Amino acid sequence: MGGIADVAAGRLSADELSKNFDDMYPALGESKALIEASRCYFCYDAPCMEACPTGIDIPNFIRKIQTGNYRGSALDILSENIMGGACARVCPTEILCEEVCVRQTQEGKPVTIGKLQRFATDWLMASKEQPFERAELSGKTVAVVGAGPAGLSAAHRLSMLGHDVEIFEALPKSGGLNEYGIAAYKLPHGIAQEEVDFILGIGGITVHHNKALGRDISLSELHEKFDAVFIGTGLGAVRALGFENENIKGVFNAVDYIAKLRQSEDKTDLEIGRKVVVIGGGNTAIDMAVQAKRLGAEDVTLVYRRAPEDMSATHHEQDYAKLNGVTIKHFAKPVELLEQDGQVTGVRFEYTAKGANGALEGTGETFDLMANMVFKAIGQVFIPDPATNSTVSLEIQDGRIVVDENGATSVPGIYAGGDCVYGGEDLTVAAVQDGKVAAHAIDKVLR
Amino acid sequence: MADLSYDFVGIKTPNPFWLASAPPTDKEINVVRAFEAGWGGVVWKTLGEDPPVVNVSSRYGATHYNGQRIAGLNNIELITDRPLDVNLEEITRVKKDWPDRAMVVSLMVPCEEDPWKYILGRVAETGADGVELNFGCPHGMSERGMGSAVGQVPEYVQMVTEWCKKHSDMSVIVKLTPNITDIRSSARAAVRGGADAVSLINTINSIVNIDLDIMAPTPTVDGKGAHGGYCGPAVKPIALNMVAEIARDPECQNIPMSGIGGISNWRDAAEFISLGCGTVQVCTAAMHHGFKIVDDMKTGLSNWMDSKGYKSIDDFRGLAASNVTDWNQLNMNYDVKALIDQDKCIKCGLCHIACEDTSHQAITAERVDGARRYEVVDEECVGCNLCLHVCPVDDCITMVEVDNGKPYMNWNQDPRNPHSKAAE
Ligand SMILES: Cc1cc2nc3c(=O)[nH]c(=O)nc-3n(C[C@H](O)[C@H](O)[C@H](O)COP(=O)(O)OP(=O)(O)OC[C@H]3O[C@@H](n4cnc5c(N)ncnc54)[C@H](O)[C@@H]3O)c2cc1C
Ligand SMILES: Cc1cc2nc3c(=O)[nH]c(=O)nc-3n(C[C@H](O)[C@H](O)[C@H](O)COP(=O)(O)O)c2cc1C
Ligand code: SF4
Ligand code: SF4
Ligand code: SF4
Repeated sequence: MGGIADVAAGRLSADELSKNFDDMYPALGESKALIEASRCYFCYDAPCMEACPTGIDIPNFIRKIQTGNYRGSALDILSENIMGGACARVCPTEILCEEVCVRQTQEGKPVTIGKLQRFATDWLMASKEQPFERAELSGKTVAVVGAGPAGLSAAHRLSMLGHDVEIFEALPKSGGLNEYGIAAYKLPHGIAQEEVDFILGIGGITVHHNKALGRDISLSELHEKFDAVFIGTGLGAVRALGFENENIKGVFNAVDYIAKLRQSEDKTDLEIGRKVVVIGGGNTAIDMAVQAKRLGAEDVTLVYRRAPEDMSATHHEQDYAKLNGVTIKHFAKPVELLEQDGQVTGVRFEYTAKGANGALEGTGETFDLMANMVFKAIGQVFIPDPATNSTVSLEIQDGRIVVDENGATSVPGIYAGGDCVYGGEDLTVAAVQDGKVAAHAIDKVLR
Repeated sequence: MADLSYDFVGIKTPNPFWLASAPPTDKEINVVRAFEAGWGGVVWKTLGEDPPVVNVSSRYGATHYNGQRIAGLNNIELITDRPLDVNLEEITRVKKDWPDRAMVVSLMVPCEEDPWKYILGRVAETGADGVELNFGCPHGMSERGMGSAVGQVPEYVQMVTEWCKKHSDMSVIVKLTPNITDIRSSARAAVRGGADAVSLINTINSIVNIDLDIMAPTPTVDGKGAHGGYCGPAVKPIALNMVAEIARDPECQNIPMSGIGGISNWRDAAEFISLGCGTVQVCTAAMHHGFKIVDDMKTGLSNWMDSKGYKSIDDFRGLAASNVTDWNQLNMNYDVKALIDQDKCIKCGLCHIACEDTSHQAITAERVDGARRYEVVDEECVGCNLCLHVCPVDDCITMVEVDNGKPYMNWNQDPRNPHSKAAE
């Protein structure tokens, strides 16, 4: 054969790559949107609305598409969910609003709420209007740590309510996982940054980039200096497999690789293996596997230790991966990373089975998968140190920050939301809601 | 198999489906294509005096409803814009080539005897089976003293009908305009004038839309618009009522009717026939989908007739007319209540909010173990049917008759009526 190496960039042409990482679904045109909007019954006590974590008035925004009141429609969405544009593209609607749509009950085909939401929010974004105004200024300033969905949502709402906001973000860009984590074909073409600009456009929000809590600033400092603090730092670390040779060449954290992929302009600089193994069963594993395939990997196998229904990736996402040519294997766990000269060559798996009490057991039988690249996607964890290693220390449970229904932590004046809090859903839309709820709680206290 | 052929006032037609006088019947090329597709007959686009009229550019407006195209269509076209001789020559040829199809020619000339006498003579030479007098066009022509300007004055209807019967042996069908308070007055005039049949309805005066950017009605001709004639599915209920009014009016003496207005499929046609029409005419549905729709009309009607055991059109023609009555003859003791089939219900809540906000607060909205449940409160339900109509699930809400053991009693007999006989 010769030519291209087992691990190489540019397996596909720039043209193919740009197609592969373009929008996964085309936007609805005006007439299609009208027809789809007409399928909505305008339910009373609409089930979809209850299933939306941000509580968007779905029947109302859809009706406004029907009547051509696109601005009104977009405002219905954005007033509850300032990241309505991103959520329209990344929400697993099949387990949220669309799952409970009465059209789903009736005919197995829900109103495509996500696509309609995108239609309305795209319209407003294209108009370049800044529709929200700030209330009379309160003279208070709130510190927000992390410029991800949770932090940005909190900041926007706080600004709307009249408070000034200073955001401290560890990375050079805002957006959190919208910018560094979500699959490229879900949020292509700089949408994440457009949305960030739109959110910051309200004014009153200053973002300090490259400022990490725990490194450049401390929680006690923020607590002292600001009228309130909101923490939305997401999940910083990646779970390890626990093998001694985990650091050999060819073994990657999926989230790190995706972050690099998301920052690559045209994807021609990304090295990908001929044979790829992804270990894990969530969003990240699926996104990694699909994107590896789209970069030109020949064989991509996703291995998960339990049953399909145990995967946190939805059915829809699993189907999408299969559609993209990813092989999914269930009931197998990695037991050894195979290597030659410090480069990974494969993974040895042991078959698993559910034991009598439902616990997972190894069967003793093993098999090997060849791999030039192995991606670990077995979950991310919160790094609590910055929130605890300070004179103010927050209560932590299962490694995440404990909050009440308003997002208040164990320390008065400090709030938190998004992936970093205990008991969340680890979804963009949930992070947005957390930020919004906490902003109102903070506003109440500051008044 | 049911026999769809019909003898309509001496005009033989292989099926009751005719194309109404309009663009689909404007020229030989259209009509031949229609006959090839299987239409039973046509009413040729209205002929007038030479020189022919001139039409404007931008002619049709439409009402689209929730993404569905053409719930209603409106037009500001006039009668044929081609010379009389051209039309007559084509009519002659088509009738000769298609002898088994019904050929009716629509006419509109000024309200004087001579022009009518002249044009009837010319049409007779074509071999056409009949004429239809266009007293209905609501725009353009009426401003020239023709069309609905004539149709709105019963005396004129009678007079022109008399002239036509006097100067022609062809069957005379009078086409009625709906732009009148009581359709029976012009139908009665047609009967008095000796008409063989009436056809109805022509188009309804209308403005379909206002273009809010240019602040003018559509269709817009260089920034201005004029009222036009409305037709299509939206007008069917109005047409059905007018047909029923004539069917049950003793003075109209069971005059044969050709039903027109929003007929799009066999079911619409069967409804018109059940009120007494012998043939039906179609315009908008053909303009929307082309001539092929007649295939469904014929087979659909035939299959339905077979399923009901009707062997010919006359077997069911007019059967529904006797069940159209006046409100004061309805049974005041009849009682129905809504019933929700909980297994079919998809929990959209529309029945609840419709009844709650706008009707009788007779459907409760509850949560049972977190699940939505909508239930009718019989004591409050007045049997208005609103919930049944808003429910998006077929047969989910039904109206169930309450057997109250009470006999028939109409409003005139009802003691609650201050003027009733029983109250006296
Ligand atoms: C690969 C992947 C794919 C996903 N796909 C989807 C999807 O399709 N749909 C969906 O709904 N959800 C998806 N998610 C989950 C979703 O992205 C998160 O739930 C969401 O981004 C959480 O928002 P957040 O603001 O809490 O955290 P993040 O988005 O993680 O934002 C946290 C921000 O805080 C900053 N930060 C972290 N530590 C510090 C510090 N010490 N000091 C200062 N700043 C700090 C980070 O740089 C970042 O900008 C996916 C997640 C991953 C990893
Ligand atoms: C564009 C157009 C032109 C019409 N021209 C005539 C006409 O010349 N003479 C006539 O009697 N009726 C005319 N009509 C009325 C139709 O014959 C018919 O009565 C009416 O459209 C209702 O039927 P429908 O609902 O099937 O369209 C016209 C209708 C349309 C849409
Ligand atoms: S449940 Fe479905 S039909 Fe009902 S309001 Fe929501 S989107 Fe519309
Ligand atoms: S029939 Fe009318 S009154 Fe009765 S429940 Fe339905 S909407 Fe209410
Ligand atoms: S309208 Fe029909 S489907 Fe909807 S809640 Fe009422 S009964 Fe159920």
